[in-house]
Formats: sequence, structure tokens, C-alpha cells
Amino acid sequence: MKVQLRKLAHARSGDKGDTANVGLIAFRDDLYPLLTREVTAARVKEHFKGICKGEVERFELPNLGALNFLLHESLGGGGTLSLMTDAQGKTFSTALLRMKIEVPDDEAKRLGL
Amino acid sequence: MRDKIRIAAGQGFWGDLPDAPVRQVEGGPIDYLMLDYLAEVTMSIMQKQKARDPSAGYARDFVPLMKQILPACVARNIRVTANAGGVNVEGCAAAVRDVAKELGLRGKLRIGIVTGDNIMDRLDDLLARGIELRNMDTAAPLATVRDRIQSANAYLGAAPIVEALNQGAQIVITGRATDTGLTLAPMIHEFGWGPDDWDSLAAGTIAGHIIECGAQCSGGNCQYEWQGIPDLANVGFPIAEASSDGTFVITKHDGTGGRVNVPSVKEQLVYEMGDPHGYITPDCVADFTTVHLVADGPDRVRVFGIKGKQATDTLKVSISYSAGYKAVGTLVYAWPDAYEKARAADQILRARLERLGLRFDQILTEFVGANATHGPLAGEPSPDLAEVQLRVGVRGDDRKAIERFTKEIAPLILTGPPSVTGFAGGRPKVEEIVAYWPALIPKSEIKSRVEVLDV
Repeated sequence: MKVQLRKLAHARSGDKGDTANVGLIAFRDDLYPLLTREVTAARVKEHFKGICKGEVERFELPNLGALNFLLHESLGGGGTLSLMTDAQGKTFSTALLRMKIEVPDDEAKRLGL
Repeated sequence: MRDKIRIAAGQGFWGDLPDAPVRQVEGGPIDYLMLDYLAEVTMSIMQKQKARDPSAGYARDFVPLMKQILPACVARNIRVTANAGGVNVEGCAAAVRDVAKELGLRGKLRIGIVTGDNIMDRLDDLLARGIELRNMDTAAPLATVRDRIQSANAYLGAAPIVEALNQGAQIVITGRATDTGLTLAPMIHEFGWGPDDWDSLAAGTIAGHIIECGAQCSGGNCQYEWQGIPDLANVGFPIAEASSDGTFVITKHDGTGGRVNVPSVKEQLVYEMGDPHGYITPDCVADFTTVHLVADGPDRVRVFGIKGKQATDTLKVSISYSAGYKAVGTLVYAWPDAYEKARAADQILRARLERLGLRFDQILTEFVGANATHGPLAGEPSPDLAEVQLRVGVRGDDRKAIERFTKEIAPLILTGPPSVTGFAGGRPKVEEIVAYWPALIPKSEIKSRVEVLDV
């Protein structure tokens, strides 16, 4: 079944220059391995097609059940140079939560999804 | 020496809730009040203010705030760390000293002044000696924008703030000190942590990171069960209850709104995070993959297990420079076909700008209500949208071209698609862009200075 990330995680995003960061935090520890497996840097790059013009880096924080993504070249130059409404990337968090991932039915059942 | 202190955050940025520091002082027991005023481009605003008025150039709101809370701070021995000094730390301290005298506090407190961060006057010397101050993001050398620089400051760490506290300063005022250093310094001062106690220094740094954005760790901007977060109108700003063993509890005053729980603290931990293994400050390199959180009662989260590494031999420098001009114009189109109308208006506007021969480095059109925040991820807008705001921004070096653009927005009301409104504010303003240039400098080049004045 397809599951949208907003059912699995919460997030916060911010900026460093023209790079947006999105921290994706699993609602429960047992959901973290699923996120780690499915929400890869490549999938996030594809998800943000037309928005993120640079590379996507991913870092794992198993201690927090969280993944941190860096989306380079995403903020129209960043800081005061950017003309974007969201020049600080604050809403990239919920933009990531729109992503849908494929979860095998037995796993979904085991996780109570 | 105490083995536990309470450090309260009172401002997440210059312009945060004005009453928050007062409520932190009056709302319950605290030992330190930490006030972070400086965002990345704040220094350039202050530099401009100082150019117009040599007595200006610092966070002016800090002075009336001190007038309001100093008597309570002195009576209860609450010490204050604040990077309110901007580009005129001495001026800020003098103003606070005047206020303290007015309050009859002569002889009752000392004010610490931390300077040495401002390298504006040394740039040519540094560049001449081969310190290129390359942009950390683009690798371009600073020489490419040398004639447009407006301010240049190194980020100082906790050490000079500790020195001021050690000399008995009740209030420590800095210029461009790191926000994390303002929280870490009281811990070093109270607990006697050594300069190579990397784990403790990293713990204090991460405590600083958690509380430096004010209520953003105590219920503000929190996605986790946000509808259930109580009484944000009365939101409690965070308090770090730090122990000498490098563990700490994030909490807030009893009776305040908002919420401190494991998810709210996690959200702030990942905010503006880069590589979590190496969060670099002047004081240490903190490892966010070692942070452990556990609930410790209502509105209390215990943080433990933090590891750190040796500090690097460079300091970050924050440089601001003029980078042209920009303006943003908006109009609102109503149902039906609001999005289609806004798009048509954009095309008309662009055709007129083209015919005028105006050249911009960038033109950006957004449709607020349809896809301004999530872009193509928002999908095709519904023809039934109640309204859409057309928002067009332009940027470039030619001020005249930007000014001409600002005259092309209002005419769209009478010369473009129908059912349009939202122009009560007049022509868009032309804004001078002050851009941010992050760079690194060898630590050996920066000598911080500490002075402690009696009131």
C-alpha cells in the first residue's frame, strides 16, 4: 500500500544560504527503519524536482529516529537575495511530508498502518 | 560553585516577543537570562544605523528591557548574557550603565563588554596577507565584492563571556558572539569545565542550540500534534536546567502555555542542521547523533549522552555586502478562475516589462494560495479557488529598472483581467539588498577583548 509521510513522521526545515535542510522525524521508533529504507536521497531529489536544483544529501540520526536532508540550490539564491515567499525554506518540511512511499501489506499491518 | 543552574532564553531573534524576557525573569526561578539578538544580516542593519548616528548600532530594545528587569536581576542575582551590542558594544554598555545609575544601582553591579569580533577595518590588511575570506558556499574570494562590503565580524565563542562572568559581570554584552556561546558560557563559569572537556562543551552547545530560537522548542512552530498544544497566547519560553555532569533538562515556567516534550525538542534539534556529526562552533564540534532525550515529567525533557570533539582552528566570519535591489508587487484575483486570471496578469505584466526594455537579474512569479510554498508538489490549482494572490518579484543592480517595475503593478487593476483587488498599500518599495558572505578565518587572527565596568 502507499502511505504518505505525514502519517509516519513530522518535520522541521530551515536554511543555510541557498541550501534548505529538512529534518524528518519518525512518530515512533519502529517506523524509523521504514523511513531509512524508503526515503532515500535519490527519492527526495526526485520528489523536489523543479524546486531543488542541486544535490540532495542525507544524514541518519538513529538516536532521534530522524533523517536530515540537505537540499542544495533550492532557495532562489538564499537569504536576502531570494525573491521567494519562502526564502528560508520553512515550508519544505511539509512539502516533504507530501511524499508517498510503498509499504508491503504485511509490514503495514505489523506497523499498524 | 553550583552543580545546577537554570538558563532562560528570552529572545529567539531581534524582534521576538518583547515581553518574553520579562516573563522569564518574573515567572519563576532562573539564574541566567540569555538573549540572542543577531541573525545573519542584523549586523549590516546595525552598521548602517551607526553610520548615520555614531551612538547607534546595537539592539536598542535591550536598553529599555534592562531598565525594566535590572532591579529584579540584581535583587535575585540573575545574570544576563546578550549579543545585543551589535557593532557598538561600548555604546550599548554605556546606555545600560546610564539606566542602572538612574535606577539607583550604583555600586551594585558590573557590566562586562566583549569586543574584538569586528574586523571591518582590518579587511585590507587580511586580504593583503593572503587571507582570502572565500565564501564558504561558493568558494569565491572576498576580493570580488570588496568595494561593496558593509560589515565584517568574526563569531566569538563562549571563552570571553566566561572571562567577563569570572570577573563578576552581572550583565555581559557582546557583539557577534555565537548564540550557543551565550548559553554555554554560564555553564563553563559555574561548573569549571576545562577547555578540552569536549563532551561537556558539546552538551552546553547543544543546550544552546535547543533554546536559541526561543519558543520554537516549547510549542511554537511545532508540527507534532499542533492542534493540541495549549495556550500559545501565553507561550512559555524555554529554560535549560543544566547540571555539572553535562546533562540538562529543557523545561519552561509553570503556568505558561506551549509544550515541552520529546517531539518538540527533536524538531528544534534538527532545525538548520547540516552534517549532524559535526556541528562546528568556536568552542567545540558537537555530535548530534549522540543526543538522547527522555521525558522527565510534564513539560520536561532530559537530555544526556552528548559527545563532542576538539574545536577547529578557524572561526566563522559573517560579512555583509550590497548586492543590488529588489521589489515585490502583489495583487489579489477572486473567483471564478482566480488562478487563470493571475496567470494572465503575469503574462501581461511581463510583456510590458519586456517592451520597456527593462533588464533584471531575476524575475520570479508566485501564485499565493495555489503553489507559492510547495511549487509543483501542490498539483494543478482548482478553478474553484476563492482567490489567488499574484506575487511578482524582481532583482537586479539597476535601481531605475526596479523602480520602473514598481509602477507597473497598480495599472494592472484597470488594464488587466477582472475581479482584482488588494492594492491598498501603494506602490511596492524598492529595497536595497544586503547579502550574507560566510567565510572562515584562522583563530590566531582574532583576539577578543573583555572589559568589566562598575556601575
